[in-house]
Order: sequence, then structure tokens, then C-alpha cells
Amino acid sequence: MSTAGFNSQNGTGTGQTYANGPSQNPVALQQLPGVSYSMTHQPIYNPMQAKAPSPPGPGPYPSAPYQPVPPVSSYQPGPPLTSYPSSLGQPLLPRPPLSGPPSHTPPQSASPSPGPRMPPAQATPPPPAVSSSSYYPNPQQPMAPAWQYNTAPPPMGPPTSISAPPRGPVANHVNPAASLAEPRPPSSAPYSTAPPPRVSQSVTQPPGPGMPPTSMLGYSQPGTAPPPMNPMVPNAYQPGRAAYGPPPTGPPPIMKPAPPPTGPPVASATPPPPKGDGAVAGNGPQASNSYNHVDNKMAGLAQPGPPGRHLGHYPSLPPGYQNTSAPHGTSSMHPAMQAATQPYTQAPQPYQQPPGGPGPAQLSPSLAAMSLQSSTPEALRVVNLLQERNLLPPTPVPAPTPCLPQDLQKINCNPEVFRCTLTSIPQTQSLLNKAKMPLGLLLHPFKDLSQLPVVTSSTIVRCRSCRTYINPFVSFLDQRRWKCNLCYRVNDVPEEFMYNPVSRSYGEPHKRPEVQNATIEFIAPSEYMLRPPQPAVYLFVLDVSHNAVETGYLNVFCQSLLDNINALPGDSRTKVGFITFDSTIHFYNLQEGLSQPQMLIVSDIEDIFLPTPDSLLVNLNECKELVQDLLKSLPTLFGKTMETQSALGSALQAAFKLLSPTGGRMSVFQTQLPNLGVGALQSREDPNQRASAKDIQHLSPATDFYKKLALDCSGQQVAVDLFLLSAQYCDLASLGCISRYSAGSVYYYPSYHHQHSPAQVERFQKDLKRYLTRKIGFEAVMRIRCTKGLSIHTFHGNFFVRSTDLLSLPNVNPDAGFAVQMSIEDNLDDMQVVSFQAALLYTSSKGERRIRVHTLCLPVVNSLSDIFSGADVQAMTGLLACMAVDRSVTASLSDARDAMTNAAIDSLTSYRQSVLTVQQPGLLAPACLRLFPLYILALLKQKAFRTGTSTRLDERVFAMCQLKYQPLLYAMLMIHPALYRIDDLTDEGALNINERTIPQPRVLQLSVEKLSREGAFLMDTGTVMYLWIGRNCHPNFLTQVLGVPNYAAVPENLHLLPELDTAESQRTRAFIGWLRDQRPFYPSLHVIRDESQLKANFMQNMIEDRTASALSYYEFLLHLQQQISK
Amino acid sequence: MAFTFAAFCYMLTLVLCAALIFFVIWQIIAFDELRTDFKNPIDQSNPTRALVVPEYSIHGLFCLMFMCAGEWVTLGLNIPLLFYHLWRFFHRPADGSEVMYDPVSVMNADILNYCQKESWCKLGFYLLSFFYYLYSMVYALVSF
Repeated sequence: MSTAGFNSQNGTGTGQTYANGPSQNPVALQQLPGVSYSMTHQPIYNPMQAKAPSPPGPGPYPSAPYQPVPPVSSYQPGPPLTSYPSSLGQPLLPRPPLSGPPSHTPPQSASPSPGPRMPPAQATPPPPAVSSSSYYPNPQQPMAPAWQYNTAPPPMGPPTSISAPPRGPVANHVNPAASLAEPRPPSSAPYSTAPPPRVSQSVTQPPGPGMPPTSMLGYSQPGTAPPPMNPMVPNAYQPGRAAYGPPPTGPPPIMKPAPPPTGPPVASATPPPPKGDGAVAGNGPQASNSYNHVDNKMAGLAQPGPPGRHLGHYPSLPPGYQNTSAPHGTSSMHPAMQAATQPYTQAPQPYQQPPGGPGPAQLSPSLAAMSLQSSTPEALRVVNLLQERNLLPPTPVPAPTPCLPQDLQKINCNPEVFRCTLTSIPQTQSLLNKAKMPLGLLLHPFKDLSQLPVVTSSTIVRCRSCRTYINPFVSFLDQRRWKCNLCYRVNDVPEEFMYNPVSRSYGEPHKRPEVQNATIEFIAPSEYMLRPPQPAVYLFVLDVSHNAVETGYLNVFCQSLLDNINALPGDSRTKVGFITFDSTIHFYNLQEGLSQPQMLIVSDIEDIFLPTPDSLLVNLNECKELVQDLLKSLPTLFGKTMETQSALGSALQAAFKLLSPTGGRMSVFQTQLPNLGVGALQSREDPNQRASAKDIQHLSPATDFYKKLALDCSGQQVAVDLFLLSAQYCDLASLGCISRYSAGSVYYYPSYHHQHSPAQVERFQKDLKRYLTRKIGFEAVMRIRCTKGLSIHTFHGNFFVRSTDLLSLPNVNPDAGFAVQMSIEDNLDDMQVVSFQAALLYTSSKGERRIRVHTLCLPVVNSLSDIFSGADVQAMTGLLACMAVDRSVTASLSDARDAMTNAAIDSLTSYRQSVLTVQQPGLLAPACLRLFPLYILALLKQKAFRTGTSTRLDERVFAMCQLKYQPLLYAMLMIHPALYRIDDLTDEGALNINERTIPQPRVLQLSVEKLSREGAFLMDTGTVMYLWIGRNCHPNFLTQVLGVPNYAAVPENLHLLPELDTAESQRTRAFIGWLRDQRPFYPSLHVIRDESQLKANFMQNMIEDRTASALSYYEFLLHLQQQISK
Repeated sequence: MAFTFAAFCYMLTLVLCAALIFFVIWQIIAFDELRTDFKNPIDQSNPTRALVVPEYSIHGLFCLMFMCAGEWVTLGLNIPLLFYHLWRFFHRPADGSEVMYDPVSVMNADILNYCQKESWCKLGFYLLSFFYYLYSMVYALVSF
């Protein structure tokens, strides 16, 4: 079709944008599903984050300012609270001035941290190496005792020193117990009755984060995974061992124990083949193949998607590869054929590390071969965006696969964990500048994994000069030496490393799990601790002003916490505490022995202090009944309050004081603008400006109080999570700083009300449950290393940057994503590949120090066309979104919008000028970038960046936070929602997970043109789903799924599908449930009709259409073309 | 041979200029330490920030004195830097109750590079002006 045709349809600019007429070819589309990809399968792989070399101990930060205890005189016992008559009289005064400080300092000084931050890894340990390491194939942290071959994991020391006074020489960091015990003893006498903290350090302690398996929404949770895994292990090993004997066929199987048994519900859906065996078969190139077993979904469709396909690889192989990697080529075309390719399993052998690991040395010939192929790769196929309309693949867009030899690719890190915007790294900065594409990494380092190899070893092998952890991409020069792939230093292989605990063989260092897994977790020995691992400490700071009580959130919160109190991750040392505040701060004394909780009110908010520092944070196990009492009475306690002011700043300071000796997590619930005491804010939003097409003001914080407090928190290993439930403006731009710099997370429930917004309440409940029970890592640091020549430019996410490559994360949670911009400082001239390694060092809720290491390996290329063919459009979009958020805060929103548009223009211009040999008219893009303009347009229309549409300032700021903080997978849904037609779901091509059949409707373009009055459409925007019912929707759907007789009977505020016993209902619910299971948070569902208020929200997501203030997709393309041809 | 007010100005600025040079050298070292990982941005930023205002005010004092002394040429040489300082001071981040060098953003490669470059440039400027003041002082002392 010609562009003219388009113009005539679009140009007239009726609201409906262009209906791209004749070209629609539904048939062609249906064939597309050939490419199987789906986000569900995360579980298989275990990406982890890795290391953080320097223990995040509080040491480096100035801890002093908060140490001093406030003068006694300033304390005022406060008006006895009427609600707790009996307890009030308690002697508050004895509060010992001394108690606080002494208890804090010791932990730091007491642990003489024998090691420098990182002791040389290779200190050639005593020979008994054979026995000293144990390898746990088992996925999550839990180390099943049964699998421990030899020495006990270092962190679990003998629990002897429990009652040792802080200064006691006994207090050694080896013993986590010490940390608990220390703070207590010195505390004030009256409370000395407190039972000594129980320390159950025995190795047999169940490692799982203690959540009941059932609770997890199907998301892969540590808790659920472990049990099934253990039994599995033996099985998983068997094949591995067998394989080891003969030449090096398949180390990989070891790494990935067969998925099926372990499977969290989602994972298990897919049949094992692609995974266990498939990986060996060397289907490297298809990311989706090796990581996701979704394949069966597509099994029926042999057609490789025609133009819509997005595989980023070379369809044809160099001659040298023809024999070995036939499956490689085909697999990219026909995922369904994977099973057939398995016979080739042994093929890759020739390329597999003859002497040692698959080192770069062996790669060169193969890489050279790959770059030689001159036939245009699929990713570079020229697409005229103005003419091809149906660019959106019918399934979620997969990550492109780096063009690496398959033996490397199949052990490469899972793209869901570690992804690069350019899967082929340019050789020089000037080449990168020419390509005009952003270079950066997107990480999801603490993602829940169903399978994670865990290694316990007394020495963790690392490069001597750059401290890189040994990884699959190092090369072994011979049996005793390995060459670092980041700095190229040659290191010795320690004696201990010569023994392979998996195969129980000696002399095969390259078969060790560390060298076979790109994602691995180490249990860190005591050198990785600056102080004894902290216990899990949770402090809840609750707004109880009149406004808060009105919303009714306290009920939900208390009930959720009561329900999940046993599922809080932690061990016997877990502590909890509560603070409530309005214009005063209320503390709760939960000291064991009291008959009921005792409320202590401090009204001196200018100079806040802790009334009884020792009994406000109590051991959860010992005082559970008091805690439960408190939770039951809290909602009624403030029922009649008329206090409307909110002294959030002081409450935060108090909470910080309470937590600073140990570190921990502070959960703040806030329902209004803080307007009293320190940190008070003014309303800055002018409602009349919400729809302004001009610049949006006030995106940056109004005060640096929250930022400074966050930095103090970060120094003391305290993270602050903010739950904002407010109908009014709360200045999230300022408040959000408290979470941003302390590595917390922000949740926002606009207009939360327990009666008026049931959908919000449900979401809040579900989110709380996930929040309370999800895994958590304390006192974490993450370091990202990259091959010499590359350097980190900027970080995005929630954290504090402590040095050029080190992030300080007081808490790390499985739902946090990070982005990193990179630059190329030195030419990568003679390198074939570069590697990136992210290492996350954290303390698990069980008090173990662990290091999660992810390593990503990517090829280096020197031609622009190779760079373009490796572009990962989703990662680029995610990174650009982060950069745009920064730009809107530091410069202005319009600047950021221009920058995004320019990013699209620049990269396409560069492609046109430098890569395209034949100039044609139209807007040309390589196939791998064909969605780029669409995503950019989607960003421009995203809540965070849109102009001209009424957007509340807080919602905008929240969207910005989300873009920076969400892992790419979820961020992409926020940017470009998925639209499905669900009134005609069929089982064709359906997934089968846990005996449930999940239909797989195709993803539709976001255009009103795709809607029809006869259908029902589901739009998935990540956190919210809209089910739009057409006016003439088939009655069958209405009765069988919605349970209403006709369209007019569809209720106005329906947010739950009735559980009807019909096939249609089951299919629909299965599909929606499956979408929900794929993400950790809970998307609420809104059923909307034409008259619904929410219809506007639904329509705003139709990003291909024109709105009053924004271009349609086609107009945007024309605009790009105009700019490019200038 | 006269001890004029101008000569006095030059003598005083000579001393103060030496102080400024030390300030800048201190900043250069601090940023370098940041870059090479020896220091934590919080530790680094606090003292660095503490020096910013003194540096700016000392330089402002120069300009004031030269104006009073009628040393227009010298004043002209200093005016650009004075305006730069004013611009820097008034364009600090909205939430910055303290001036510049925000510990949370200083690790951004662009900002760090900018700060380093700025420090080097200032070092050069102060060194040159030190000798210029020396020369001017002697000139002022002997010319009458």
C-alpha cells in the first residue's frame, strides 16, 4: 500500500486515527505465533546477582550524629493514653540514657573484621580441599543439610557466644548470634528479664524463607521451591555425572537441574526438554528456547513468523557451523522443531573447551566465522515502517540473543536477569556514538528463581587484581591457571578448586559449578562480613491521623500482618516494632512479660527520642502474643481521633533511631501531606496545571530533608518502604526520596478508601501479602564489573551509589530492577567478547551472608550493521525511560520528551546513512528496531511523560519511580500495555500448566481500530487490567463469563469475574490468573463498559491513536521521516 | 614607591589566592579519590561542600577590593569567574540547602567529570592570577 493511502485515512484526523485498511491480514498474523516466547517461564533459569565485595557494614558512614541519646529532661512521659489504661502507668522514666548508644557501637567495633574488605581469594587453602566444599544444586537459598558434603557453611558458627557482652572477645562475626545478643545485655536494668535471644543456629534450620508453599500466587517463591527441589537433586546429578566421564560433552546439565519437579506452578508448565536437554542441544541463539519452555505453546505452528518475526539472529550459518549447529539455525526459525534437533546434542563438542572452559581463546575462529556471514540477517531486514502495519508480534517480544558461539550462549545469563541494550558491543566509543543508540545494562538481580546453584566453599575463587568472581567465561590456560575475562590477569587455581564436588572428581576445575553457571550463589565466609549478620528487623510506621483512619487502611494492614506474621522471612532472631504517629509519635512497648502492649507517647516532635529503646523492637517469636494483641486493637484504638496533622518527619527520625543499631526494614504508611515538624511540606500542585501542555513543575523534591535522612538510613543499613494511600496531593516527589536513596520501594494507592474503592483495597491486600512474605536481603551491596575498557556511566534505580561501581542497598527485594548506562573508555580492539558481572552480597533473612553472581558475556563487533542487528529494542526503551526520568527532573519534561524523540530519530538516521546501501523512500528501520518508534511514542504517552492530558502530579511522579525501579519485564507493560481479545478464547495453541489450560490469545495493536463492539477485550497494563465489554458483545460471553443476562446488566464497578462452571469462564479466568501469576504484584481488574468512568483510562492507553494533544502512530512516523530526511 | 590601597589589595589577594589554590587542590584530590574508589561520596561531599561558600566569598571579596582600588583591568579578568560562581550558586538543585556536590548525584560520570574539569580549570586560573597579582603588587609598589 502506498503512503498516500494512509494519508487519506489518517490525515483527516477524526479521533479514530488511521484505520489501516486493506493491509490487515489476519491470516498472516495467525501464523506468527511460531515464535514462542513468554514471560512466564522465568523460573527456569537462575539469574542471580552477584557479588559485592566490600561488606556493607555501617563502618564507612558517619554513624555518630544519631548515637547520642537525647537528654533525659526532654522526655515527657506523655499524656497517658486513655486507650491502654492499665499499662499506662508504667515507669517510663527509667529510660537509661546509656542504654542506647553502647549497644550500637559494639557490633561494629567488636568484630575486628579480620580481613580487609576482600581477602585475596586464592590464598591457597590447606589441601584438604577435597572435602571442604559443598555444592548445593538446590535452587534457593535454603541449604538442605542433607546436601552438605563437608564443612559446615562458614557463617553458621557455633552458637556459643549468645550472651556475650558486646565487648567480649567472643563476639566474632562468625557467629550471627552475637549480633543479636550484643545489643541487649547492656540495656537498662528494668528490662533485664528479657530472655536471652534464642539462637538456633543449627545447620538443620529450615532454610526456606518460611512461607507456606501455598501462599505464593504461583510466583516462584523461595519457600515453595525448595522442598520439591531437594528430592530432585540426585536425579539432576545423575545425568551430569554420566556426562562427565567421557569428554566434555555436557556440563550444562548440571547447572540446570531438570526443571519439572521443582517447578513452581508456572515453570512446570513447560515440558523439560527444551530446558535440560535443549540447552545441551545447543540451541543457543534463541533466548526463548533456552530459557523458556514455552515452546509447546507453539508446537502446532510450524510456520516461522514472516515479516513480523523478531529473532535477532542470523538465519544462515557460516560454513564452519553447518555441521555442528544445524539446530541453531533452524531453531531460531522453528522453535517447535526443537525437539527434533535434540539428536544434535553432541554436535557442539568440537567447540567446547578442549583444554578448559569455553574461553575466549577458542572463540575466535567461531566468532570470526559468524561475523563473516554476509547474508542479511533477519534482524537487519529492512522494514518500511510506513507501509508495514502489523509489526507487533502476536506474542510478547523476546530478547534478542547475542551472536555468540552456542556453547557460550547456552550458559549465558538469562536475559530476564541481565540484559544489554546492545547485544553486540561496539568496539569503540566513536562507533557507539555513530550508532546513536544507548548502551546500558538492565538488571533484575534478586529475582525469584526456581533454580539456583548454591556453592559453599571456604574460599571463593576470584581474580587477584580486579576481584572478579570466577565465571563460565574465564579461560583456563592449563589445569592450574585461569585467566580473568575482565582484566586478563592470570590467576592460580587454588588447590581446593581442583576438586569437583558435583562429579566427585579431581583435576577438572572447569567442570566446577562456578564455571558452568552464569548465575550462581555463594555462601560467603566471614571475610565478607564487617559485622555479624544482622537479624531480620521489621519496623512499621503507621499514620493514624484522622485522614488515615478515614481511609480504613489500618484494618487491612493489621489483618494482613496478622495473617502473615508467621510467614515473615526471618529466623529466631527476627524483631518487629511499631510506631504510629499523627501530631505526636506513639511508641509501643512490647516487652515480654507485659500483660498487654503499652503505648508511649512522645509529643516533643522537635527533638525526638526513644522512651524505652530496648523494648520497642522485640523478638517476634517471644512476644508474638503481644504483637498480635496490638494488631488486633490498633484499628479501633484511633477510631475517634480528631487529629489531622501529620508529623511524618519526626516519626521517620524516631524510626531511624530505633533501627540504626541493627539495620532493617522500615515500612511507612502515609495518607496525607506531612505538615508538622521537620520535613513538613506544602502543597505545590496547581490542579489547573494538570493538563498543561507546557512544562510540568515540581518534579524535583521540595526539601532535602528526606534525602538526607535516607542517606543516614543507608549508612545504618535501614531501608524505607513507602506506602502512600492518599486522595490528596502528597508530594511524592519529595517523600519518594526517602525510599529512593535507601533502596526501598514505593507503593501508591491513589484515592484509597475501604468502601469506595474495593479494587484498590484488594490490590493493597495482595500487595501487602507479597510485600510481607517475599524474600528479603539485608545490608546488601551490589558491584557491577565489566571488562577493562568499559566503564559505568550512570546508575538508575533505588539505591545509593557508594563508588563508581558499587551500590549500597540496605535492603534488596526480588522485585527491584536496576539500569546502568555504560560508556566505552578504551577501545576494545582485540577482544572478541566482553563480560559484565554483577555481584550482590547480602544477608539472608536467616542470617547467612550470601553472594549472588551473574555474569553476562557479549560479543564485540566493529561494524555498524552488526551493532544494529544486535539492538535490543525493549532494553533500549527501558533505559531511555530511565534517562528521560532523570532528564525531566534535572532539566524539564519537554526536554525529556524531545530527547526521546531524538533518540528514535538519531538511531534511524544513523541506520539509514551508515548501514543501508540502497536508499528507498519511506521510513526504513532494521527489523530489530521496527518497534522502536512505537515504544518511543508509547513513552511519550505514558503517564510519566505525557502532556496535555490531565495527570495528577503524584501519579506522574509515581509512574516515573516505577519506570526506574521496575524490572524491564514489568516496565514494558507499563509502557506498552498488552491488548487481547478474550471473548473468543480457544484452546488452540494453549499452554498447559499444572493441568490447567491457559489460552493464548494474540497480542493486538493498541488501536481503537482493533476493538469491535461484538467483542470483549482485555488490556493488561501491568498493575491494572481493564476488561472492556463491547456494546454488542456476544451474549454467550456475557452469560457464560460475566454471569449477566445482557449488556445493560453489567455492573458498574465489577472487579472480580464470577466463578462460573462453564468452559468460557474457566478459560477466561485461567488466562487472567496466568497473567497475574507472572508478576509479583497484583494487578486489579476493572470491567468497563462504554459509560464507565474508567473508560477514559482505557482509551488513553490506545497509544497508536491520535488524541487531542498527541500524535497518532502514523503521524509520529511521518514526523520522524520528516526529521530524518532533513 | 608608595604603599597605596591598590598595593595593599594585591598583597591581601596574594595571600588569599594562595588559600584558594589550596582549596582547589583539595577538591581535585577529593574528586580523584571518589573516582578511584577510596572514598564514600558522603564522606567526600561534606567537606567539599563546606569549602564552596568560603571559596566563592573570598573570590567575591577580591572583586570588591579591586573595584574599590580602581584596578579595572584586574577586575575585568575576575568578572567572568564571578559570574560563573553566581550562576553556579543560584542554579543549584532546588532541594539543595547546601551548595552543589550532592552525594547522591556526584557519582554520575558526567557530573564527576564536570566537577573535575572545573577544579582543574580553576586551579589554572588561580595559579595564573597568583603570579599576576604578584607582578601587579610589585608594580604598584615601585611605580610611584
